[in-house]
Amino acid sequence: MDFTPIWISLRLASITVIVLLIVGTPLAWWLAHTQSRSRAFVEALVALPLVLPPTVLGFYLLILLGPAGTIGSFWVELTGNTLTFSFLGLVIASTVYSFPFAIQPLQTAFEAVGKAPLEASATLGASPFDTFLRVASPLALRGYVSAIVLAFAHTLGEFGVVLMVGGNIPGVTKVISIAIFEQVETLTYDQAHYFSLGLLIFSFTVLFGVYTINRRMPINRT
Amino acid sequence: MSTLSLHIKLDLDHFGLRISEDILLDGITVLFGPSGAGKTTILRIIAGLENRATGSVTLDDTRWQNDKAKYFLPPHKRQIGYVFQDGRLFMHLTIAKNLQFAAQRASSNTLTVDAVATALDLMPLMHRNPESLSSGEKQRVAIGRALLRDPSLLLMDEPLSSLDTKRKAEIIPYIERLPSDFGIPILYVTHNVEEVTRLASHIVILSKGRVVANGGALEVLERTDLMPLAGHLETSAFLQARATEHRNGMTTLNIGGQSLRVPGTTITTDTHLRLRIQARDVALATRAPEGLSIRNILRAKIISIDVVDEIFAEILLNVGGQPLLARITDEAVNDLKLTVGQEIYALIKSVAIDTGLIS
Repeated sequence: MDFTPIWISLRLASITVIVLLIVGTPLAWWLAHTQSRSRAFVEALVALPLVLPPTVLGFYLLILLGPAGTIGSFWVELTGNTLTFSFLGLVIASTVYSFPFAIQPLQTAFEAVGKAPLEASATLGASPFDTFLRVASPLALRGYVSAIVLAFAHTLGEFGVVLMVGGNIPGVTKVISIAIFEQVETLTYDQAHYFSLGLLIFSFTVLFGVYTINRRMPINRT
Repeated sequence: MSTLSLHIKLDLDHFGLRISEDILLDGITVLFGPSGAGKTTILRIIAGLENRATGSVTLDDTRWQNDKAKYFLPPHKRQIGYVFQDGRLFMHLTIAKNLQFAAQRASSNTLTVDAVATALDLMPLMHRNPESLSSGEKQRVAIGRALLRDPSLLLMDEPLSSLDTKRKAEIIPYIERLPSDFGIPILYVTHNVEEVTRLASHIVILSKGRVVANGGALEVLERTDLMPLAGHLETSAFLQARATEHRNGMTTLNIGGQSLRVPGTTITTDTHLRLRIQARDVALATRAPEGLSIRNILRAKIISIDVVDEIFAEILLNVGGQPLLARITDEAVNDLKLTVGQEIYALIKSVAIDTGLIS
């Protein structure tokens, strides 16, 4: 039995989560603290992947990342490779697709921390970045855990966007959900069972673990 | 002694602040006024937490804000300690780590965590989490944490307002001792009269975003025209006294050569005290009275007679160089033919002693 789809899925989900944390944390911070009028606009934009069918998202990404698209053509010029039907293209697509799942828990957590501890930290001589690292982030730990888990799980479970942008190239873009789809289509139900049950157990275990940790986490702000 | 020079302006929808004042910082300077007067806003402007305010903020020769020079020092670079009304301890850190947080970021380490923790009796709490502390303990930690930042000015925003009377009584002695123990001047915001009389060496009174009085505590507290601002504060005068001896369960207090006798012997002799005497507890006599149960009689001279309304008048008296207020009826003023400059006897029915030392 071929286990590479599992590894590709895990690698894709891990890298996507890392990218989302790097890009998403400053954005979530900005959304939580800004008074700017553009906030509602950005929030709506971030939430789009929640409501759009994956095919719509996949369609636009395909156009954007394809060799004729703005980003895609630039990439071809730069590296000679296409973004579509590559692992990197998948990472970009997954990041867009899972964006709200990372941003929203972080934003909620930063809003819950509020301005009070940040002001206290500033009056104790901590710079804004110091305050972010040593005060805001530990207090928003639950938000980080939720963001990581939700984005990871959501990326593992994606299908439509991956199929449209990444296709089904064994060893490159064939992730677990696509492998299952293929197995069902080719009527190899026993293999589909392995992957499906595996994914089910894995997802449940992770979520169960997170909820348990969340409950026990020392910070219980009221 | 330091001087805080405030020239600030802030306009919000429902509130405007205009301050142009040099505030003397020596011991505890109390910023007093009814809620909504702008007290907390002023502290926030001084700390740099309110960046909508325009003008300048200067402590001695350290500039913190100067709009003309387009200068605004961010809060974390200002040498201030800030004790918030609600303490604002970091909930994810133990008490020891809350204190270390400040100590690690202090510009100089003249104070150690251990020294501050000992002075504020925090040692038994060091390994506890903030949520397990009582509100009084939390405020003591917050004070310690602010001190460890090594501030040149400590701002305290109604630090006792969330505490009940018993907890207040526990924590006030610590606050009283801060200026002498740590040599840091304090700007203390409150709307509580008791805290003012107990702690203040200087008083700034604020009303609707404006300063209406700014000066030494005794001087400001005696101004009868400010009393409506104090709300429920009964018109009172404050006399400095010295405890001289204990006899028959009573303590003798010396006020500029004259003496008062008060029950109790808990006051150590030779300590300086501040007495609060309410105007309605002072009666007047034109001759030395005899056959009275009131034993506390002070010779005084009338400085002014102020008719408050159709019924009452307030008489400002000079008692050996210190002011005393008496509230009597207009009728009595006429019957006794009281005039400014007249020598008179002030009969004192009751005396409240602030245990806080003033010098």
